Amino acid sequence: MTPPKLAVRGLALARGGRLILEVPELAVQAGEVLAVVGPNGAGKSALIRVLALLERPTRGEVLMDGRPVTGPLLPYRRRMAVVFQEPLLLDTTVEGNVRAGLALRGVPRREQERRTARWLERLGIAHLARRSVRHLSGGEAQRVSLARALVLEPEVLLLDEPFAALDAPTHRELLGELEGVLRETATTVVFVTHDRSDALRLGHRLAVLMGGRLRQVGPPEEVFSQPADPEVATFLGVENVLPGQALGREGGLTVVEVGAHRLQAVTEERLEGPVWVCVRPEHLVLGPVYQGEGPSSARNRVPGVVRRLNPLGMGDQVRADLDCGFPLVAYITAQAAEELELRPGSPVVATFKASTVHLIPREGGPGRPEGPGGR
Amino acid sequence: METIIEGVREAFRLLLRGDSEVYSTAARSIVISGLATVIGLAAGGALGMFLGLQSFPGRGLVLALVNTGMALPPVVVGLVVFLLLSREGPAGRLGLLFTPAAMVIAQAVLVTPIVAGLTATGVQAIRPQLRWQILALGASRWQYAWLLLREARLTFMAAAMLAFGMAIHEVGASLMVGGNIQGETRVLTTSIVLETMRGNFETAIALSFVLLGLMYLTILGLTLVQQRRPAP
Repeated sequence: MTPPKLAVRGLALARGGRLILEVPELAVQAGEVLAVVGPNGAGKSALIRVLALLERPTRGEVLMDGRPVTGPLLPYRRRMAVVFQEPLLLDTTVEGNVRAGLALRGVPRREQERRTARWLERLGIAHLARRSVRHLSGGEAQRVSLARALVLEPEVLLLDEPFAALDAPTHRELLGELEGVLRETATTVVFVTHDRSDALRLGHRLAVLMGGRLRQVGPPEEVFSQPADPEVATFLGVENVLPGQALGREGGLTVVEVGAHRLQAVTEERLEGPVWVCVRPEHLVLGPVYQGEGPSSARNRVPGVVRRLNPLGMGDQVRADLDCGFPLVAYITAQAAEELELRPGSPVVATFKASTVHLIPREGGPGRPEGPGGR
Repeated sequence: METIIEGVREAFRLLLRGDSEVYSTAARSIVISGLATVIGLAAGGALGMFLGLQSFPGRGLVLALVNTGMALPPVVVGLVVFLLLSREGPAGRLGLLFTPAAMVIAQAVLVTPIVAGLTATGVQAIRPQLRWQILALGASRWQYAWLLLREARLTFMAAAMLAFGMAIHEVGASLMVGGNIQGETRVLTTSIVLETMRGNFETAIALSFVLLGLMYLTILGLTLVQQRRPAP
């Protein structure tokens, strides 16, 4: 079995006598994208700095290709690249920045130029090449930072909230471009974000970091459908996150297949292929099976069976776990549960509007790493 | 008042006539102070980088020492270097006292703390995140130092200007370790002192003009380098 590309073991990082990060074990397989999510101050950036060998852990070790990182760090660092939340550009031209890592590695000038030109082009900043970085917009600057990392064709790419400071359209654009690049290369990626939908979009696996501790690691649908503890659930917003297959447009709506069901979703862009289907539990309406056969503004009707009922918060709401061929969670009021006489085993129909269904493109089928390292 | 006006007139006459004494003294000033500045930039730059980037016990004390050194009294430096280089001193055998080399040493000692203090401030002003980014880009120790110095170049160039200005306008140390020997260790400032004491105000004023002009031109050059920006 090939060892993980990058891993930590027995990691602890203290600052000012306070433990800010404690990760007994975490591994990223070669070619895998591990998305690390968590609230602010969870220790995500500290984790990236330790992985990037910029900060020595108080305890524990970092492993590359299964062997502990020892001795001079420079050779290891030169196999990685890091993109931070801020662009952190050198005070020179755009081209000078993109080329910087190659120059530091002593790559021949001709090749520096060739590779720099290619990545400037690829990230749509070729026209800015000779421009000083002082006059760039936030989005342009982050493109430079991304190009500066990608031009190195690193074995490991560490991304520390690279899109968090960008406006929404720029964020979407850059995320899409990064996704395209990652699909073509076999780069091992650790992608830190507090944006769940970014994590779902890029991550093959999801790790939840809270209070400096790794709370859960696993495939996205598992983490979302079975949060390890209530805090994780609260942070994740307990969406229903289901693997589905977008089939294309039908009458202005995107049709998506989930299990044996066909659902409709409102999407901005045309989507086809594997997707994550996200529905918030509070958007589901539960009703008895005999009702609602007539036309309704809610486009989606999914029959199922109640598995569990649990009071939520102050007890005025109830969390209903349904089995519809796939798991579905609904939040309803306690009165509604009473009136519908819901019990475990009761048949119900869940309805929800197409506009409440959120689709996120998902890297599909083959090439999706499974196996060791994740639990 | 008349003396001054006459002095200014005489000064221009001297300059226009191309008085070789004036020009050779000026050239000596530039070479000696220029060398001292270069040495100060190298030594002070290295010391400043170290103080700005490394943390070690007693760093605050050393920094305070360097910052005090930024205002070292030239006569004190002159005295110390004099004692070191004098025949009975520890470096007496080198026979450097009353040579231009002694003046270079004294001026270099004078400007090194200035460069060190400003360089330390400059690199400390660079955000730690950018330092991480530079390391993450794969910089070796030396590449790291070079890139940080480049990021702090505005401050570093300011240090260069200050250092050169200090070296060329200082008189106490140069006089003490150089001896103001005509044709050998006489520089603009020591000349001005001498001519003033002799009552040759015209010559003194002329030399002062040359000194100020030189300082302006040199610092203009350094300022242009400092303010140079990559293409817009």
